[in-house]
Amino acid sequence: MLDMTLAEMARGLASGELKSSELTKALLDRIEQHDEKINSFITVTRDEALEAAEAADAARARGDAGALTGAPIALKDIFCTKDVLTTCASHMLDNFVSPYDATVVERLKAAGTVSLGKTNMDEFAMGSSNENSFFGPVHNPWNLDHVPGGSSGGSAAAIAAGFVPAAMGTDTGGSIRQPASFCGITGLKPTYGRVSRYGIIAYASSLDQAGPMAHTAEDCALLMNVIAGHDQRDSTCVNQDVPDYTAELDKPLKGLRIGLPVEYFGEGLDAGVEKVVREAIRTYEALGATVVEVSLPHTRLAIPTYYVIAPAEASSNLSRYDGVRFGHRCDDPKDLIDMYLRSRAEGFGEEVKRRILMGTHTLSEGFYDAYYRKAQRVRRLIRQDFIDAFEKVDVLMGPAAPTPAFGIGQQSDPIQMYLGDIYTIAINLAGIPGISVPVGFTDGLPVGLQILGPHFGESRLLNTAHVFQQNTDWHTRRPTLD
Amino acid sequence: MAIELADVSRAAYLARIGVSEAEAARYVDDLSHILDMADQLASVDTNGIEPLAHPLDALQPLRRDEVTETNHRDDFQACAPAVADGLFLVPRVVE
Repeated sequence: MLDMTLAEMARGLASGELKSSELTKALLDRIEQHDEKINSFITVTRDEALEAAEAADAARARGDAGALTGAPIALKDIFCTKDVLTTCASHMLDNFVSPYDATVVERLKAAGTVSLGKTNMDEFAMGSSNENSFFGPVHNPWNLDHVPGGSSGGSAAAIAAGFVPAAMGTDTGGSIRQPASFCGITGLKPTYGRVSRYGIIAYASSLDQAGPMAHTAEDCALLMNVIAGHDQRDSTCVNQDVPDYTAELDKPLKGLRIGLPVEYFGEGLDAGVEKVVREAIRTYEALGATVVEVSLPHTRLAIPTYYVIAPAEASSNLSRYDGVRFGHRCDDPKDLIDMYLRSRAEGFGEEVKRRILMGTHTLSEGFYDAYYRKAQRVRRLIRQDFIDAFEKVDVLMGPAAPTPAFGIGQQSDPIQMYLGDIYTIAINLAGIPGISVPVGFTDGLPVGLQILGPHFGESRLLNTAHVFQQNTDWHTRRPTLD
Repeated sequence: MAIELADVSRAAYLARIGVSEAEAARYVDDLSHILDMADQLASVDTNGIEPLAHPLDALQPLRRDEVTETNHRDDFQACAPAVADGLFLVPRVVE
């Protein structure tokens, strides 16, 4: 029962074979038994979950249930949850109980899902390994000495470990797709603006996007049906009709035009990862797709562009943590400036400080045009590369990450860590959707295939991933925890 | 572009983050490496290219100028470090 996908659980709940309260209790027990070695949860909401599960069972008994009523999930600890701790994995917010729910949380609650708790993450979503958490690193369930990826590493690890069938993550430069790849699950970053950011603790506002993480594309489609759509509380959320994401999952792939960006198969790509990804692409050819090489000529500029724009936005967004209205305040400040300086010095971890300092520097007088405005111009070129490519092909494919999950503590140089996001970052700069699908293993660790589509092309991505999963079994593999 | 200790100290003060001299020296190295990487952007010809702030190139939508929020002061102050009589308390600003 605990190895089921979200869709399988939903079908079991609908048929009456499963009760949400029994399922929820079994999962909570599994978390209690095994999460000590994985550290995927910051907060487990046992009592609230059991109460919600009983309410879901009662709703089903009344005939008042939707597709996901009673289905268990988890939420990255970046989503504000009313009356539940929301820490963003930071000492700055380690005592913060949100007075309201994020829109995504509101919609998941309205759909009857049962949240088991809040998952670990890199502090303020800044990181690619989930080692930058105030609550300690998350361990990859496939190999506990390895990272799960970041920053939604807690969500990815919790799913891979069988603690929940699905969880919500956020993706600013690959934070859903890279941990999905490292943990052998499926993760979708939707088009920018497709899902409301209201109530999601902001890192880089023009890049952040929430999305589903689960075992399968079908699970992601079910969650997208709940969370996608306009929200007038987020002015960047797009007012555009939401399709039924499950409607076209089974559409045959015959005639699908796949583009392989030459820049995604060059220097720096691990040979084992490349082998597995190329085998997956051959499976697509066997399913009737055609493959052509394409070029995204500005790819090499994506990381420098991101590491100007994202820290600049972070320096602005994180200025709200001043020790006045919420969050950490230092002891006995002698004056207001002392309070700001010490509260922020004590509350933020090293990576967060590094990015705030970088952003503050590049936005300061004399540097703004040379860095920030220049990066915004290059961003347009990066976006145009994708628009040009999608005139020739339906989807793009390549590795989600250049390597499998690396060892905990292995990457001490921040620049080397940043380079690991080479295949995911440009997608956020362009605002297009991307999904990572498990397609095999190298050295005993999972490998993800990244599939990209044009703006609002989520249905095609989910269809492309789902048909692959109907013809392969990589998404059914589970690590052993005992 | 080279960055010096004074640049880091200035950024830290602007960002209101207290950093010791030893920490600042470490950030000089880190930020220098990041800026070296960012300097690659200078080689790209972006003449005539409009900056892109929103990935969908969308404009800020407008809404009616109506009050929609209700008063949640007590809820919001429940998580504040120090409050009294509905006010946020901070160290003395004016002697």
